[in-house]
Amino acid sequence: MTSVVETTTTGPDPTPYYTVSELLAAVSCRYLQGKRRVFAGIGLPTLAVALAQKSTSPDIEQVYESGVCGAHPPKLPETIADASLATGAETILTMPVLFGYVLQGGWIDVGFLGAAQIDKFGSLNTSVIGPWDSPTVRLPGSGGAAEVMVNSREVFVVMRRHNKTSFVRELDFCTSPSPAAARRADPKVPTHGAGVTTVISELGVFKANAAGELCLASVHEGVTVDQVREQTGWPIKVMDGLTVTPPPTGEELRLLRDDIDPGRVYLR
Amino acid sequence: MAEKLFSLKDAIGTFVSDDDVVALEGFTHLIPFAAGHEIIRQGVKGLTLVRMTPDIIADQLVAAGCVNRMVFAFTGNSSVGSLYAVRRAVEAGGAGELELEEYSHYGLLARYQAGAAGIPFMPVRSYAGSDLVKINPQLKKVASPFEEDVETYVVPALNPDVAIIHAQRADRQGNIQSWGILGPQQEVAFASKRTIVLVEEIVDDDVIRSDPNRTLIPGFVVDAVVECRYGAHPSFAQGYYDRDNDFYRSWSAISKDPDRLESWIQEWIHDAGDHRGYLSKLGDGFFDRLTPVPRLSTPVNYGSVL
Repeated sequence: MTSVVETTTTGPDPTPYYTVSELLAAVSCRYLQGKRRVFAGIGLPTLAVALAQKSTSPDIEQVYESGVCGAHPPKLPETIADASLATGAETILTMPVLFGYVLQGGWIDVGFLGAAQIDKFGSLNTSVIGPWDSPTVRLPGSGGAAEVMVNSREVFVVMRRHNKTSFVRELDFCTSPSPAAARRADPKVPTHGAGVTTVISELGVFKANAAGELCLASVHEGVTVDQVREQTGWPIKVMDGLTVTPPPTGEELRLLRDDIDPGRVYLR
Repeated sequence: MAEKLFSLKDAIGTFVSDDDVVALEGFTHLIPFAAGHEIIRQGVKGLTLVRMTPDIIADQLVAAGCVNRMVFAFTGNSSVGSLYAVRRAVEAGGAGELELEEYSHYGLLARYQAGAAGIPFMPVRSYAGSDLVKINPQLKKVASPFEEDVETYVVPALNPDVAIIHAQRADRQGNIQSWGILGPQQEVAFASKRTIVLVEEIVDDDVIRSDPNRTLIPGFVVDAVVECRYGAHPSFAQGYYDRDNDFYRSWSAISKDPDRLESWIQEWIHDAGDHRGYLSKLGDGFFDRLTPVPRLSTPVNYGSVL
């Protein structure tokens, strides 16, 4: 895919007017309305939460995997454990408190995750491409993703690349299973959250239906349903009332560009 | 309590042996890089490296041939690149010399917690339906003894031979004070048979005793305390120096080329001779750009006798 979304109405040589990163951050932000506490790493989720704080949801709180809560960084952090995240934060929790009491204790409304592969019920692969014991690509692994999936009330997934190698019929390896997959494999182990309810990709937005299957809910400007179908590894269902994703507003773009990430650390 | 001051060379030489299970901890903050470099210098072999987030330090130890097995939850160089020595050692077509034992963060943390608490295992909510249980036989499912028809996954206690961590300051008896992001350092120190702590500075007893709640690890858990200024570089020590993000960004290019990586290890670890030599190579004034503006916490009042 191209690195920018282009307008479809400006003739043969359209001027790109927002980037994929800006679109993903703005759309993610809208789905955070009404949410209270978000577990998110560095990158696009940080931008989405910062944008929510400056626009629709001033009281939304971000919890970092490093244990930092209520961060008030003097500059945009480069990693989840930047010194600037700790300075001036409201608290820095120890790891047993963060994973044991905050995540397992049920304090997280929305967990943000990314993945190399996602399937139609929102199970995620962040471990390997190819067989685990002899992979073609060794990916980082779960980190805290398995815990975020199990313990958050719901999970949002941001997928910068949308194609048949990332939206797959079958994962090469299931690192973080959906609640449905967890119940199927281990019916006596209780599940807690709803799993992935929302996937925001470069082509559109998927929402989970009542059965937990991810269905196309909106396509971004200039993207067709057929295009999404061609780029998705499973036969997709389209939700009634499919919409075109409203593009980022001027105000959202101004906040992202001038206020939140003027150095374009994440707005690649 | 007895003094536990060691040189870095003596601490590693005394407490780390071939084939040990060695946990190097620090969650992007306070990563014990200087200790990793000293392990490489001393040519320790056959280690099982335990680390929740194996990053550049793991890439260096693997490239230097110190590690046979890696126990981990997330291996990568944050968002700025890959660990090519680790990847070459595990990916198809590579040398295949590194065994992996893969967890999620809480699974490995819970292993430290169980090890520290002297209990055989710890239940976690994770792993139902995960392929991790197929490739890691340490993740086991048990029936709840308290509820009908309820099962949970458990992880076994882990007691590494040696824990190596970095902190801001300690007294000469090894009472360790740390602040900022604390990682799993307290858990791994209590879980391990031997514990080595590198600190930015050894301070007077009075400094430690002015704020006992800040002591993360008591001296009785610590076998060796090493004064090692800037010993976490290119990681950071809150309030002392910031993360050297330029170095992290440069690592992919070094690590991708096996010859260049070997030269880097030769030049910056072996030829440098020791941590002092490493700092000399960085040069005078190197840390000026990484030194933060002070932001002091307000002292708390513990009170005293009239």
